[in-house]
Amino acid sequence: MTATALIERDFAVPDIRCAGCIAKLEQGLVRDRRIAAARVNFTEKRVHLSCLPEAEMPDLVGAFASLGFEAHPVDNAPGEADPGAANTRELLRAVAVAGFAMMNIMLLSVSVWSGAAGATRDLFHWLSAMIALPTIAYAGRPFFRSAWRALRHRQTNMNVPISIGVLLASALSLYETATHGPHAYFDGAVMLLFFLLCGRWLDSVMRDRARGGVTALLRNMGTGAMVVGADGGSRWVDATALEPGMVMLVAAGERLAADGVVVAGESRFDLSLLTGESAPVAAHVDDRVHAGTLNLDAPIRVRVTAAGADTAIADIARLMGEAAQGKSRYVRIADRAARLYAPAVHALALLAFAGWMIAGAGWHHSLLIAVAVLIITCPCALGLAVPAAQIVAAGELMRVGVLIKDGSALERLAEVDAALIDKTGTLTLGRPVALDLDRLDYRTKALLLALAQVSRHPLSEALRRDLTARDIEPEPVEKVREIPGFGIEASWQGRAVSLGRPDRDLTGSALAAQLSIDGEKVATVHFADQLRPDARSAIDALRAEGLDAMILSGDRAEAVAPVARTLGLTAQTGMSPQDKLAAIARQAALGRKVLMIGDGLNDGPALAAGHASMAPGSASDAGKNAADCIFLGDRLMPVVQALRMARRTQAIVRQNFALAIGYNIIAVPLAFMGHVTPLVAALAMSGSSLMVVGNAMRLKRAAR
Amino acid sequence: MNGLVFLIPIALGLGLLGLAAFFWSLRRGQFDDLDGAALRIFVEDEEERAP
Repeated sequence: MTATALIERDFAVPDIRCAGCIAKLEQGLVRDRRIAAARVNFTEKRVHLSCLPEAEMPDLVGAFASLGFEAHPVDNAPGEADPGAANTRELLRAVAVAGFAMMNIMLLSVSVWSGAAGATRDLFHWLSAMIALPTIAYAGRPFFRSAWRALRHRQTNMNVPISIGVLLASALSLYETATHGPHAYFDGAVMLLFFLLCGRWLDSVMRDRARGGVTALLRNMGTGAMVVGADGGSRWVDATALEPGMVMLVAAGERLAADGVVVAGESRFDLSLLTGESAPVAAHVDDRVHAGTLNLDAPIRVRVTAAGADTAIADIARLMGEAAQGKSRYVRIADRAARLYAPAVHALALLAFAGWMIAGAGWHHSLLIAVAVLIITCPCALGLAVPAAQIVAAGELMRVGVLIKDGSALERLAEVDAALIDKTGTLTLGRPVALDLDRLDYRTKALLLALAQVSRHPLSEALRRDLTARDIEPEPVEKVREIPGFGIEASWQGRAVSLGRPDRDLTGSALAAQLSIDGEKVATVHFADQLRPDARSAIDALRAEGLDAMILSGDRAEAVAPVARTLGLTAQTGMSPQDKLAAIARQAALGRKVLMIGDGLNDGPALAAGHASMAPGSASDAGKNAADCIFLGDRLMPVVQALRMARRTQAIVRQNFALAIGYNIIAVPLAFMGHVTPLVAALAMSGSSLMVVGNAMRLKRAAR
Repeated sequence: MNGLVFLIPIALGLGLLGLAAFFWSLRRGQFDDLDGAALRIFVEDEEERAP
């Protein structure tokens, strides 16, 4: 055993898909002697490592890479618990307590219903009270807290009638128990809490899952850099610890972790996430470069001028914060229903009380009937109506590759009637794709793959992806070495082969790579960003769903025009983040609900401002954080699937509300007449909840 | 009636035992990775130890 303290680190590994991956990672990682233990969390697609302090971040990421997995470090400030997960856990505890209490009280209640009388009934009622009161005090807290908060702001939400119903029912039951009365509603009150807590817990689980999926995807901001020290050596520094004046070594294919000025070397940068510009931009010594942009060509040194919150992104972040405020005014459908429902329920209960008082029933009997009305109308089914449908829908969408951040996102998505779409990275793939591979012969392609697969350069990766997709087997090559700033050299059948940048830059901005054998040029491959394979059909499907679509791009008009023509869309070009915000505000002023689809940092404010928003999995961190939904993969169709699913969910939610109201129309007169005993209340409550959940299950398999 | 004096505490005690067991497993993180737990039965133990 070593005496050194181990460091705990978390990594997001999006490619964990099966039991084989778990075994490979957990057993493979510990073979590295610097890694003491590895534990995979499959649900969150994360790996937790305990490693020796000398293990640097790139080494650890390399250890994952050698097993064939892409890993992204996740900051986990120690001691800072995830608030969402803590909330879920609290709800789960409350569900467990309420479930336990409900079963035991039901056991006692069944004996009372089957005819226990006199001292036995009193004993059972007292036992029920002893179980129910602490349970209500513990498990009811989420509702009481939220109801109190709403009342203090002179508003009402779903929790107000729930809290009043539960508290009144328990108080009256306690009085009944003390006075040897025949009816106690402890079982009803606890059962109500149990069903409602189930709904809350499901809602919370859904949000956790989506958030887990999103954190696994957050990676585009470089999370650190190799920094050149005073002694000429280099060490890894986390993005949070970078300071102005430090000099970063930025390899080709790496994203900048901070703003800076180039001090040595020259390269080209992909700005698409920052501005939407699709063509790479050259950077020479003394040029300014920005955090989040991708170094394409050669390793360079960059002196940090601003890090963390001071980077150019900070401006965009401020705009995003302002834009998001509009969205927080959205009122969830359940709360909108509660605004009508709560006063109606309370009026009914009061009416029942007053009616029976006038009829001369005495205040005790009248109060009993009023409480029965409250319990029977308490929105048990209403509380489940929304979350049950939404969690089924979110689960189904996750299966087709769409992450929904929360239930309100689904509700807002169902309401949109116009779509504004970014071009670079959203309608297009946002990465270089090899254009002219098909006119090369098989051996050339095999040789290209053999050379490309040893490099992490973006163009090599594009070649590797496109060639492996065509089932090409690499040629055997020897003595492979990567020359920074040029490309890859190797020896093949005794001849020198190389893959690198073309002799002369073709048009300056075009991306290309050239394959040479013995110095002879054999083939040139050009690269360009391409439309997503199903962009056309997805846009047509959006139109069929009644959405007006338009392109909002930060790119130049010449670059946008061909895309707009192919898809038959109108476009606005050269837009800054502010322009995009203004475009959304204009649409909103016309009374339209805008769906914003975008990926870049420059889309962040627009994503936050749209009535609903979606971002592809390849989007910038800012984009993914701001968007309501994230779709994975190269296809655009999931956008349409999510929209359809959201609309179906909304239809199911409305049906559920109708079911709940229909049930009330039958039950309320019964309660009014005084026929609702605790037995009838228990049957009605579980019956209506089962009906609502059953209806929600119809959404299963609806996405396919 | 006398039987109830024993039976009710036993019933409640068993229920509480279940609740306590659930809380214990929750605190030990057994519910943190539900999908992974389902897959772990397929993971073979490593056979690297010398025979």
